Amino acid sequence: MEYLAPKDEQGPDLSVNIGSLELKNPVMTASGTFGYAREFADLMDLGRLGAVIVKGISLHPREGNPPPRIAETSCGMLNAIGLQNVGVDRFISEKMGYLAKLGVPVIVNILGDSLGEYEEICARLNGVPGVAGIEVNISCPNVKKGGVAFGTDPLMAASVTKAVKNRADVPVMVKLSPNVTDIVAIARAVEDGGADSVSLINTLIGMAIDLKTRKPALANIIGGLSGPAIKPVALRMCYQVARAVSVPVIGIGGIETATDALEFMLAGASAVQVGTANFVNPRASEDIIDGLIEYATTEKLVSIRSIIGGLITE
Amino acid sequence: MSQYQENATVTRVEQFSATNYRITLNCPEIAGCAEPGQFVMVRTTTSKDPLLRRPFSIHQCLGDGSLQLYFKVVGRGTDLLSKVSPGEKISVFGPLGRGYRLNSTKPAIFVGGGMGIAPLLFLVKEYCRLKKECGEDIVLLGGRDKSEVAPLVDDFEVYGPSVVASTDDGSFGQQGFVTELLQNIALPPSCVLYGCGPEPMLKALGAFCRDRNIECQVSVESVMACGMGACLGCSRPAKDGTYTHVCVHGPVFDAEKLAWNI
Repeated sequence: MEYLAPKDEQGPDLSVNIGSLELKNPVMTASGTFGYAREFADLMDLGRLGAVIVKGISLHPREGNPPPRIAETSCGMLNAIGLQNVGVDRFISEKMGYLAKLGVPVIVNILGDSLGEYEEICARLNGVPGVAGIEVNISCPNVKKGGVAFGTDPLMAASVTKAVKNRADVPVMVKLSPNVTDIVAIARAVEDGGADSVSLINTLIGMAIDLKTRKPALANIIGGLSGPAIKPVALRMCYQVARAVSVPVIGIGGIETATDALEFMLAGASAVQVGTANFVNPRASEDIIDGLIEYATTEKLVSIRSIIGGLITE
Repeated sequence: MSQYQENATVTRVEQFSATNYRITLNCPEIAGCAEPGQFVMVRTTTSKDPLLRRPFSIHQCLGDGSLQLYFKVVGRGTDLLSKVSPGEKISVFGPLGRGYRLNSTKPAIFVGGGMGIAPLLFLVKEYCRLKKECGEDIVLLGGRDKSEVAPLVDDFEVYGPSVVASTDDGSFGQQGFVTELLQNIALPPSCVLYGCGPEPMLKALGAFCRDRNIECQVSVESVMACGMGACLGCSRPAKDGTYTHVCVHGPVFDAEKLAWNI
């Protein structure tokens, strides 16, 4: 599938390849932080995005966790949304029509409690117009069964990757959890399982307490930490994984500006996802694209691809 | 409904008490299309900490492209906001959410408690503009003490309704809760009640209206990250057993549709 004729055709070449998926620029929106894109239509030009990754979709609708679901922490936030979503069938019938018309690759984040659920979601997404890729969530920390087990055990991670690869008719990106002893081992396992790319990191499990009430800030007690607070951890993990695997790496974690995005690319990321920053600045992704154009122009880069893995360590 | 992210200029800062402030912001796109009961998300700093925007109901839209926020300092975000000076720029995003449904053919009771007074001024202004004659309508304002209520009474009275006040300490108006005022007034027949305030007050308003078969619209608060339906963080239980989201399904709800967890 090709998404050419980018709006930014006048400027430097920002296009990148994620395996067989060509993006007009390396800026994607992270799952769970951008709704189904329509929410942001008034606030930015959605057509400029490298790709949209939609809110995680399960086989059946999920109501999510009781409130409070979010809590602010220093330079970051905790969330325990609990994977609330409309389910794959309603996603296809209610959300995909709009998304398909954006002229932007749509990557569907999927999650399941069993291999069978992952397979069934893929089967239902096959052939749906506009779906350009699947991102496999094996790492959500909020659901007690399923998700977290797949993400923390290399064999399980490889098996869910294989299952999705066998069913999906589009490229498969696997989203990795940082809540593991060795993320490189998991990355290698999903590469062996056939992943076309890996995205990292998902949120770090954290906790906050309200001293006045002596209660946890989240009803779920623990939740996922995101935002600028986690950027150094994410950058380190991207660097380690990019050195260890040969599939493209997509950097996620506290990216708010073009500078942040370029640091991840230097560390080896072929593209990035913008997450929590969308809440703070609804046009953060577009600002990052503008910043990349400015950087590439100033630095006289023929292509932004020349930055990928360009970290100087000596 | 359009939404805008504007770099608003602070034009005025009023301090009503040690903790209560009203600021006026010039953001013509948002002020030009906002409806009573809607809210805005405000960045209280340009640094990364505190990271998230803060939701504020729109206190009033003035004709000159500015809007006002009325707030109490309760944490770091509101503390930073209370320290802005005229001429400073702050990022404002909105208008957001579903506001009050105005029924200007019926008499109205407006009930505000504490910072819940904030959205009612905009509501009363628009309601009285549509209805033209507001002599039969009643505004009940409750607060902790005189400084929370007294500075706003004139702003309401200018639109025509009668204003009755209560304070917890009796320093202004009747001593007690605003819900006690409601028990003691003569209700105009077939009226609508619009409320905003702390949860126990809203729950009491809902019960009061149910007993009398009065339509009751209330505006509720929630912690929010995005304010626009993307993060799904501001869930609260609805009466039908599902979750509703304050930012897109509210902040104004029919009291009957909400489950009160207090």
